Order: sequence, then C-alpha cells, then structure tokens
Amino acid sequence: MIEKFETYSAKAEVSNVRKRRTRWERIWLDLKKAPPTAIFGIVIIILYAFTAIFAPLLAPYGEADSQFQSYMRWGEDGHVFGTDQIGRDILSRLIYGARNTIGIALITTILSFLIGGGLGLIAAINRSILDQLLSRGVDVLMAIPGLIFALMLLSIFGANVLNLIIIMAILDSTRVFRLTRAVALNVVVMDYVEAAHLRGEKIGWIMRREILPNILPPLVAEFGLRFCFVFLSIAALSFLGVGIQPPTSDWGTMVREMASLIQFAKYDLLGAMTPLLPAACIALLTISVNFVVDWFLHKTSGIRDEK
Amino acid sequence: MKNNNPVKRDILLEMKDIVIDGFSDDRWHPIIKGIDLTLCRGEVLGLIGESGAGKSTLGKAAMGFAQPGCRLTGGTILFDGMELRAKSEKEKQKLWGSRMAYVAQSAAASFNPAHRLIDQTTESGIRHGLMSRKDAESDAIELYKAMRLPDPSNIGFRYPHQVSGGQLQRAMTAMAMTSRPDLIIFDEPTTALDVTTQVEVLAAMRDAVERFNTAAIYITHDLAVVAQMSDRIKVLRFGEEMEEAETNKMLKSPSHPYTKSLWSVRSIEKKATSSDDKILEIRNVDAAYGKGPKVLQNVNISVPRGNTVAIVGESGSGKSTAARVITGLLPVLKGKVLFNNEPLPLMVKERSKEQLQRIQMIYQMADTAMNPRHTVGEIIGRPLEFYLGLTGKALETRIIELLEMIELDESFYDRLPSELSGGQKQRICIARALAAEPELIICDEVTSALDQIVQEGILKLLLKLQVELGITYIFITHDIATVKAISDEVVVMLEGKVIEQDMKGNIFSPPYPEYTELLLSSVPEMDPEWLTKLLKSRSLKS
Amino acid sequence: MHPVFLTVLQRVFLGFITLIVVSILIFGSIEMLPGDFGEAILGQSATKETVAAFRRELGLDQPAYIRYLNWIGNALTGDFGNSFSGRNASGIDRSRTVVDLLDQRLYNTLFLAAMTTLIAVPIALFLGITAALYRDTIYDRLVNSVTLTTIATPEFFVAYILILLFASLWGFFPSLGNVDPRDTLDVRIYKTSLPALTMALVTIAHMLRMTRAAIINLLASPYIEQARLKGVSSVQIILWHALPNAWAPIATVIAFNLAYMVVGVVVVEVVFVYPGVGQLMVDAVRTRDIPVVQACALIFAATYILLNLIADVIGIVTNPRLLHPR
Repeated sequence: MIEKFETYSAKAEVSNVRKRRTRWERIWLDLKKAPPTAIFGIVIIILYAFTAIFAPLLAPYGEADSQFQSYMRWGEDGHVFGTDQIGRDILSRLIYGARNTIGIALITTILSFLIGGGLGLIAAINRSILDQLLSRGVDVLMAIPGLIFALMLLSIFGANVLNLIIIMAILDSTRVFRLTRAVALNVVVMDYVEAAHLRGEKIGWIMRREILPNILPPLVAEFGLRFCFVFLSIAALSFLGVGIQPPTSDWGTMVREMASLIQFAKYDLLGAMTPLLPAACIALLTISVNFVVDWFLHKTSGIRDEK
Repeated sequence: MKNNNPVKRDILLEMKDIVIDGFSDDRWHPIIKGIDLTLCRGEVLGLIGESGAGKSTLGKAAMGFAQPGCRLTGGTILFDGMELRAKSEKEKQKLWGSRMAYVAQSAAASFNPAHRLIDQTTESGIRHGLMSRKDAESDAIELYKAMRLPDPSNIGFRYPHQVSGGQLQRAMTAMAMTSRPDLIIFDEPTTALDVTTQVEVLAAMRDAVERFNTAAIYITHDLAVVAQMSDRIKVLRFGEEMEEAETNKMLKSPSHPYTKSLWSVRSIEKKATSSDDKILEIRNVDAAYGKGPKVLQNVNISVPRGNTVAIVGESGSGKSTAARVITGLLPVLKGKVLFNNEPLPLMVKERSKEQLQRIQMIYQMADTAMNPRHTVGEIIGRPLEFYLGLTGKALETRIIELLEMIELDESFYDRLPSELSGGQKQRICIARALAAEPELIICDEVTSALDQIVQEGILKLLLKLQVELGITYIFITHDIATVKAISDEVVVMLEGKVIEQDMKGNIFSPPYPEYTELLLSSVPEMDPEWLTKLLKSRSLKS
Repeated sequence: MHPVFLTVLQRVFLGFITLIVVSILIFGSIEMLPGDFGEAILGQSATKETVAAFRRELGLDQPAYIRYLNWIGNALTGDFGNSFSGRNASGIDRSRTVVDLLDQRLYNTLFLAAMTTLIAVPIALFLGITAALYRDTIYDRLVNSVTLTTIATPEFFVAYILILLFASLWGFFPSLGNVDPRDTLDVRIYKTSLPALTMALVTIAHMLRMTRAAIINLLASPYIEQARLKGVSSVQIILWHALPNAWAPIATVIAFNLAYMVVGVVVVEVVFVYPGVGQLMVDAVRTRDIPVVQACALIFAATYILLNLIADVIGIVTNPRLLHPR
C-alpha cells in the first residue's frame, strides 16, 4: 500500500478565494489605489457633468442674451470673462456650451455604439457571409477619412444638429464595429460558448449571457475614447462652421467667433486668451477622460496606454 | 536528505539560501523560499516539481538571471567561484552564452523568425569572440549532425518556421552547445512534444551532455523522463525543497512522503469489462474541415454501454475530431453516427433537446470551458434549468447534491472560476456534465493540463461516478498510463485512421501493429536505463 | 511566382477596388441631393428655365450610371467639371474649372505635409523607441503624460497657442500662412513653419505612443529573452533581433499617422488661412459647391487609401514567413 502525503482532499486544494465585498466597497477600494491622474480625471468629469446638467441655474446670464456692450474686458461690469463680438456674456456661453457640446457628443456616441456594437456582435457570431459583407462594407467606409466624409455629407444634407448626430454616429460606428467584432471573436471561440451551443442554447441567450459580460471592459474603455473623438470632431466641425450653428453656444463655434482676438495679444493679453477658453474646456475634458480610460484599462487587463 | 559530499574542487555551481520574489497582483510574493543547490562538473541534476513549484525561476537564477517580474532577494550564487549576485549585467552577459547556456521550453517562440537558424546558432560563439564566422558555421553543422537532425549541412540555412517542432528543439540544444558551456539549463524542453518525437530529442540531448562533459540542470515535471537524463534528482514543491538524492536511490526508495506520492501515480487500474449493448457507433465516417484534406478516413468505433472507451493518439491523429463528429459540431462527409441504435442528425441544430441532453462533453482546459463571469452555482445550475426545468429551492438542492457528488461542498456555490484551483475547476465541469443526467460523457483530454496528483483524484472520481450512475465514457487522451488506468477498451488512431480497437488487455499485449509498437515503446518508464535500452533495440532493428 | 509578389499584387488590386467603390460612394451622394437643390445654388430669384438648364447641364436628367462613368472618365483626364461658385440666378456662368482651383492648392498642401513629415517622423520614432527602452523611468512617464495631453487636445487649440506665443507675443513667425506661388523657398518655409509645427506636434504625439506600444510588445517576445540569455548586448538585441521584426509595425504607425494628417490638415489650413486643398474644401462645403467638394473628397480618399496600401505592402514584404515559405 502506498502512503499518501496527506489525505488528498479536493476541497483543500490551494486556490484564491476573494473576500466577498459589496460593489460599493470594491469601487471605494479601487479609487483609493488609483493614480493621481485618474482621480484628477474623475473630479473633472464630475464637474463637467454637473455644469452641463445644471447650466441654467449656474449661468449668470442667458445663452443668447446679447443686450450688453460687445468686447467688454475680463471682469468688467459683472462679466467674468467679458463679452463676445455681439455682446453676449462669455461665461454664460461657456456654461451652456458644456451642455450643448457634451450632450450632442454623448448622444452621438451612444448611437454609434448601438449601431457599431450591435453589428459587430452579429458579425462575430455569424462568422461567414454576413460577417464578410459587413466587414467589407466597413472597410470601404473607413477608407474615406472621417472628417472629410463628414464634411462632404454635411455639404449635401445641410449642417444642422440632427444631420450632424446621424452622420457622426454612422461614421464612428465603424471603429466600434471593428473593436466589438475583434473582442467578440476572441470570446466566441472559447469552449464555454461552444458548450452553450452544444447544450442547444438559443443565439440570443448566448449573446446576452455568455458573450456580452465578457466583452464589456474593453467596450467601456472604448466608449470613453470614442466619446473623446466624437467630442473633438464635433468641436472641429463647429469650428469650421459646418457643425453646430449659431446662436446655439458651442465651444468649437466660440473659438471661431473670437479667433481674431489673438492678434492683439501684445495689447490685451487677457482678451487674446479669450478664444482659448472654450478650447481649453474641450482639451481639459478630453484629457480627463483619457486619464480615466487609461486607468480603467490598466486595472482590468494590465494593458497600459496601448494605442 | 543530504547528498554525498562532492569533492571541493569539482564543484561548478553552488547556490545557498536562494530567495526569489515574484510580482503579481500588485504585490511581491515569494516564489523560492530558501533553497540550496550544488552541481559538479559534468553532472546532471534533475529538478522536478509540479507547476508553480518554481523550477523554471530557480533554473534561470542558477545563471544569475531574473526575468521581468522576478527579483533575487537573498542567498549566494557561486559559479566557478564567482559570486553572480555581485556582478553587473554587463559582466554576467559575458558568461551567458559562453560558459552558461539556456534551452527554453518552446523552441518555436525562442527563435527569432527573421533570421536563419545557423545565424542564430552561431551568434553567441561569434559575439563572445570565441570563433570566426567560418569556424562557427562548420562547427554548427557538426553539432546538427550530432543532434541527428535531417540534412545537417543545409538545415541551418532555413528559417524557424520552415522546420518542425522537434527539429527546432534539437537545433536549440545545438545552439546552446556552440560555445561548449560548462553549464546548460534545460527548461522543460520536451514537454510540448509528442511522445514519439521526444525519444529522439532526449537521445540527442543526453549524447551532447556526455560528449562535452557539460554540467546540466534538467527541469521537468515528467518523472520517467528525469529518470533517464539525470544523475541526481531534487524535488521541489511550492518553492521549497522536499528531497534530493541520487537517481537510482530515489527511484528505489524515496524517503519524503511527497516524493513517494509522486512516484506512486497510476495506482488505479480498472478491470476491463465489456458489453454487447452498444450505446454509440461510428460507422465508416469520413470528415474534413471545409474543403481541406480528410481529417477522418473510414473510421469505425463502437462504444459499449456503461464502459470506458479510450481513444489514444498523438497530435493530428483525429481523436478530437472524432469527438466533434459525435457531438454534431462537424458534419460528416460520409458514414453515420448511431446513438442507441438510431441515427443521430449530423448537426447540433438538427438535434432535439433530448438528444443533446444525453451526450455531454468535458473539455481539456477548464479555464476556457467556464464563463469567468458566472458563479459555480450558475454554471452547474444552467443545465438543470435548461434540460430539467428546475427552479427555486429544488434547483438549489440539486446543485448542492451535485457539488457533493464531485467531492466538494456547499461553500463553493458562490465562487467564481478564478477562485478555484485547476482540479476544482475540472470537477465543476464534471458536475455541469452530470447535471444534464447524460448517458454518455466525452472527456477530451480532461486530465492532460493537470498535475499528477490532481489527475489521480479526477480519474478516481470519474470511475466512482461510472459505478454509481452507469455512465459511459469516451476518454480521449495521448497519455498511455491514463489509458491503462481507466479504460475497458482502447482505440488507437493515427492520422485520421483507426489502427486498432480492442479490449485493453489485448491492446497492451503483443503482437502489436507497427504504430502501436512505436507508440507504446516511446513512453518513458521509471527505469534509468530505459532510454539506453530502447535506442539499442531500435538500432538493432534498423 | 513568389508568393510575396502575389500577395502584394492582391493587396494593390484590393486597394484599387476600394478606390472605385469609394468614388462611387462620393458620386452617389449627389443622388441624395434634396429636390430644390438647383434653387439653393442659383438663389431664389432664379427662373424655372434657368434651374432646368442648370439641371440639364449637370446631367441630372440622365441615368445614374452614365453620369458616374462620365464623371470618372473626366476625372481620370483631370477634368472635374466647373465649380458652382461663379454661378448666379441670371444663369451667366463665371465659374472656373475645379482643376484650376485645385492646382496650386494641391501643391501647397503637399508642401505642408512634406514639411510636417520631415519634422515629425524622425522625432517620433526616436522618442518612441527610447521611451520603450527606458520603460517606466521618469523620462518615459514624462513622455507619456505630455503625449497624452497633446492627443487629447483639439488641433485648433494647439494652433492658437502657438500663434499666441510665437506670432502675437514674440513675433517669431507670421500668424497667417498665406504662401504665394511667387515666394522663394526660404520665404515659403518661413510662412509654413507654424502650420507645420502645429501638425507635427499632434502627429508626433500619436506616432510616439503607437511606436512605443509596438516596441514594448516586441521586446516582450520570448526570442528577445532568449537572446539576452545568450549574453547578446542590449544594442545588438535592438539592432539585430528587434529591428528586423519592427519594420511592419513601425511602417503601419507612420502610414496611419500620415493618413491622420490628411484629416488634420483641414483644420490647420483654416486656422492659418493657408491656401491648400483643406481650406478649399471647407469653403466649398459652406457654399455647397458640390463639384469642388467631390473632387477634394476624391483626392483625400485616394491619398488615404494609397498610404494604407503602402503600410500593408511594407508589412507583407518584411514578413519572413512570406519571404521564405516552406
């Protein structure tokens, strides 16, 4: 008879059991370990969201209220940042701009995820003719640089908010499609998906319960990045004059309207910096989202600032 | 536990109190917790242990190398009198590739795809200034000859992807030999190879080590292999040393209980039975992937009810494809599959829920066989819900019953797969298969990825369940020892064809068809002379 | 025939097909013009006959595929039709040919792109590779933070800051890039400096991050560790082991970012009022000058496709598995 080293017990096998914690406890722990850049990012994002939601309460004056004298200087007569070329208070326009620009970018990103994500999932599951068709179609769409295509379509259909949202959403959904498809393909070849298939599970169940939960982390990160991209693109289009139209206040348009002030830096430095304010607002939000996404990626998969 | 005192002047490598930490989960954990290791010139030390024991880390540390994510925290490493820990990276670089060499586990990944074999083989010799390019190249060709590589004069001018796995492994050994090092570390070099290829590679390695009187550390988890290659054996477990002794002594009379338990694997041996009631039959089946060549040719397999049929073969034999045909994942080009004497629809979507329920499958890698986001309860519970319509309290009770059947308990209910060990994961997969109350379970290499002791446990569990529930198993594997342990009948496959199917006893007694002979003789045995005897008998035959 | 050659040919063919399909897309979008388009262009005071004549001239009464073939045929010979910008309600046609408008501007944009590339690529590669080699040091962290900030910033922000500092406050460079065909090379370079610098900053940030990621990925390969264990020095590892495998990813990075520049140039040209194709397109979009928009879109798309094609071909041609098949 052979003596055993110890009474072999499957239960006693070494494994890592995590302490059971509630979701809130886990989130708080994660936050405590987060790098300063991520904390900074989160604070800024919350600030922006707050401003966007409570814009009417925060802004001292109306969005299109042009009763004041034009080109007032910073701090003059209750206008913290002065007024613009037709006499609207800049601070108020900045605050409302948060709501408009962020709001439109958010809606566009959500739409592009619905389209691109949905199609990407279908392509990954199908993996034959439908997949080929969709992929080729997306390849062609992506062969035209996004901004150029957007410019072209806007010139044909006219530049208004609805067209802007639809066009940007469709163009951006191509990137989401590629990512969703790639990530879903990795999951779809896993044995547990095959096991579900062998059980006789319906495709809807497999998508919902097996695939989706496992592709969420990269998708969430991508949502952040896509939002930034859409946000920057809309700002750029507005800056070029073919995005959000006046009198709606939008940061991109504001930069364009006040651009000429930069020439006079030698005489009025603060005034010259005015067009930089909306641009800085754009930059600050984008940077913050990038910091948070970076941290999120590092946490969920150990991939650090790739691409 | 002390080894025989080596004569002082012959000691090549002396490691004392080695402590190595590894970085994971944002923290440093100890991997090696204070080990001593001594090696004399020309001596081969076998380093055995299960995965996670730290053998690879220790092997690299013997060269003074810490891979990214590891650090040498304590101890001394004396190589030929030089303290390696006191040396700078540059100084160590002079030793690496000239006086010390490393042979990695995966030769395919360790060769640079962009350069020819011979350039990489001669690289260390040339860069350390030991020989000129011309001399290095002709020496490399000599080494290829010594390694019994085909076409030695020209094989060096090929690229890594143009050469097979076994050949690459030998080329890597040649590469290690170029500068005639004093010490070579062999890190699991034959683990990824088929058993028949392994014989050639082992022979070549042993030759090389003997010819140049190189000292070597041979790392593996395969006991029979280590018995062939080493003079002394050291056993590791979880970063600590369990025992060290001279090979013969350790094989005959190990002293530490852990070593004894490793040696005693395959204590089970099922008595073969048979039955005329065939639960499953595959008749004249041809199959292929897409428009490619046939992966199965005229395959006939019959499975008696309540028994275990082992399908054994090497990579490319078609054994896993046979499983895919049975489950309906791969349609056949010709032939049919009969279940309970009725033909089965060829594809999964054509089968009814009841048909799907009766045949279940367990996969090799439990990691990818379970959804990492589902708890144990959800994984086992789904087939119960889906096939048997259980809900609520009844569902919960049944899940706990199943957990106990697989020798676990209620506390596992809410765990996630990442919180389970390898053996526990595989048991959950077994429970998932059982939940459906099947008649036939296909086990596709279910123990191949597990450590020896854990394998024992799983095999015992499967046999116990067969006795209790009368389940039929088709057990796919490449490991002969497992086949001997648990099967009633054996099917031997090679390159998509069935070589023979018979009762276990008949398969393992002569006369053998040619391939079976090759396969069975290539399985290493716990006799240190096994390899020598095998090579002699083979050269006599040819 | 060598498989590499075949693969390259396949890829070129694919690129060509893509270009055709894209051109169909660009052309096809005109199909979606709302009905009162003619009026919108000519103005509301245009008579019915003028509008009809306009539509006939545009060929809007012919079937789509004939119009497409005409358009492509003309495009290949360099005739993109006439711009809408000179037309008005009275029907008098003072428009210029699109090619006329494009000619000098194409040259300007290419000049700007070339200048940017010459600055950006060497810097980005150098910084990216060194950051990967000295990973997680202060140098690397600094590089990471700066590039992260830059890519998150809209190009016009970078442009205006540069203008604020270098043009308005310190007066090193002019704030308007109004190059003239008669300018000598050094004057041209002087005027193009700030626009090129703006684009370079943004492109360097992107290229640097991608290069760094690619090199880090490469350095994690097992054969690199094996080379270290053979005692090969770090320099040799970079030059002999890593570099031959790095061509494909680096080429992809460069082409990707050149392609990205194709888009970035539009905003930069508008900010600096630089007479290039980008600015032309934006103006044409605002005035809905369709022939010009189409021509510009086609040029941009073709450039984009060509650059991606070059990146793919480099990847194919440097792949050892394809160069030396079994």
